[in-house]
Amino acid sequence: MKNLIAITLKETKGYFSTPSAYIVGTMFLVLTGVFFVFDVSKPFAEAGVRGLSDWASFFIVFLAPLITMKLLAEEQKLGTLELLLTSPVREWEIVLGKYLASFLMLLSIQSVTLYYVFIVYFFGNPDTGPVISAYIGLVLHGAAALAIGMLGSSLSGNQIISAVVATAILLIFSFINRVSSLVEGNVAEFINALSMNSRLADFSRGIIDLSHIVYFLSIVGVFLFLSIRSLETRRWR
Amino acid sequence: MIEAIDITKYYGDFPAVTGLSFSVEQGEILGFLGPNGAGKSTTMKILTGFIPPSSGTAKIAGFDITEQSLQARRHIGYLPETVPLYEDMNVRDYLSFMGQIRGMAKPQLHQRINEVIELCRLGEYRDTIIGKLSKGYRQRVGISQAILHEPDVLVLDEPTIGIDPIQVVETRQLIKDLGRDHTLILSSHILPEVSMICDRIIIIHEGQIVAVDDPGNLGTNLAGVERVEIEVKGPNREILPVLERVDGVQSIERMSVTGGAYHRYHVTVDIGKDLRHDLAKIIVEGGWELLKLQSLGMSLEEIFLRLTIEEEELPNNSGAVS
Repeated sequence: MKNLIAITLKETKGYFSTPSAYIVGTMFLVLTGVFFVFDVSKPFAEAGVRGLSDWASFFIVFLAPLITMKLLAEEQKLGTLELLLTSPVREWEIVLGKYLASFLMLLSIQSVTLYYVFIVYFFGNPDTGPVISAYIGLVLHGAAALAIGMLGSSLSGNQIISAVVATAILLIFSFINRVSSLVEGNVAEFINALSMNSRLADFSRGIIDLSHIVYFLSIVGVFLFLSIRSLETRRWR
Repeated sequence: MIEAIDITKYYGDFPAVTGLSFSVEQGEILGFLGPNGAGKSTTMKILTGFIPPSSGTAKIAGFDITEQSLQARRHIGYLPETVPLYEDMNVRDYLSFMGQIRGMAKPQLHQRINEVIELCRLGEYRDTIIGKLSKGYRQRVGISQAILHEPDVLVLDEPTIGIDPIQVVETRQLIKDLGRDHTLILSSHILPEVSMICDRIIIIHEGQIVAVDDPGNLGTNLAGVERVEIEVKGPNREILPVLERVDGVQSIERMSVTGGAYHRYHVTVDIGKDLRHDLAKIIVEGGWELLKLQSLGMSLEEIFLRLTIEEEELPNNSGAVS
């Protein structure tokens, strides 16, 4: 546990002391900001964050892998993984410690978007329920995206490859529901169940479904587990 | 303190080390000497638990490196050959992190960092970003993290490679001093360096131990061997005793052959004797078919020569070795 905290603190410090995380954060805020403005400038715009949260979760697909890509890939490239793995540290402590740091990073980026919420409340009278549920959805989706990014980072010593692999997996999980119209019955239902987008839509409509929460947490669990296994097998190659 | 038991490591089909066994007593400095690609780094990576051996095992402070990996790792300080460091951390933060993941408590850690920084003469660079340090100073940071948690066992892989001659002298002295309180194993491809620092030397070549000796004896006592590979068609029962009778043959090992009606032997012969002619003659005289006759690898003498030459090729290093 102490190891985990030490790793989380080191990585969090790393995020805030290097420019890359600020660049990613700025990109995210600019993009969501632009689409927020479009959304609220429409005639008869709804006072809410539905448009904002839809766009935010879309951009997370591309930005989460940029946040996580260096976490394990850089260790492999620099060779520092050799020192980490020959210290009395368990693989799960490394993966979980780094994951928590990336999650804190994402939370701090997402929390800046609360500024838009403030604007909506200042100029309008939104329904608070959907705002809260949309943010729960955003955080859960972000957590899942980071876990997938973590696996990408564990697979290669090259950060670009790590990010591309993670983005590809995320895109599949996001848009697989488009395929479901091509098939029928149970298969279509199964494909729909796998998709992140159909679940996110519920959150932004104000629906907090327990199965959706379980789904996103399962993605986190499965992909962190795979990352740990991937790190363990690096020893054996 | 360190015990390697019949370690073998294959990378794919390539044997990096084969059947390596040795032990290092508490407080001893063992030098691991061999030309580049001899299997030194692989051995170090196995001893520190970074990669598992294909077969065999190692014990650090009594803990099996694969079965009780975590306990074994608690007793190790390790400096890999490439000196991997987090480039964007400063020296003090880096050491603090390395101390924490080795379970050191904060107040004790703080004091120890200052000690180590003093010992490795990093004083004026304690707040410098590691990426901005020169190779020699990076090496010192590498050594600092290895000794930080006062491990029983220190494993240093080529600790003087790539740094300038003056720093080489300093680093060697530092390692010698460290050897007083630690069990130390270091690898090098420079013979005079290990002779100067170490209590005992293991020479390794093509993944096998070819000699173990005190540094004093090594120059004079080259008790080495040379090997010849022979492939013969004929009855093993008749061939083997005849080969053994050849003057200068020390031992014969019969190798396994898959799919072929011939036998393969590795004949160990006295060093400096070329027995290929005698061996060929006796086989042909016995009426058997000689399919292959080949000298295997370098002799110890040749390895020794190569190690000595490599040191001389280093510029301005004569002052460092006396």
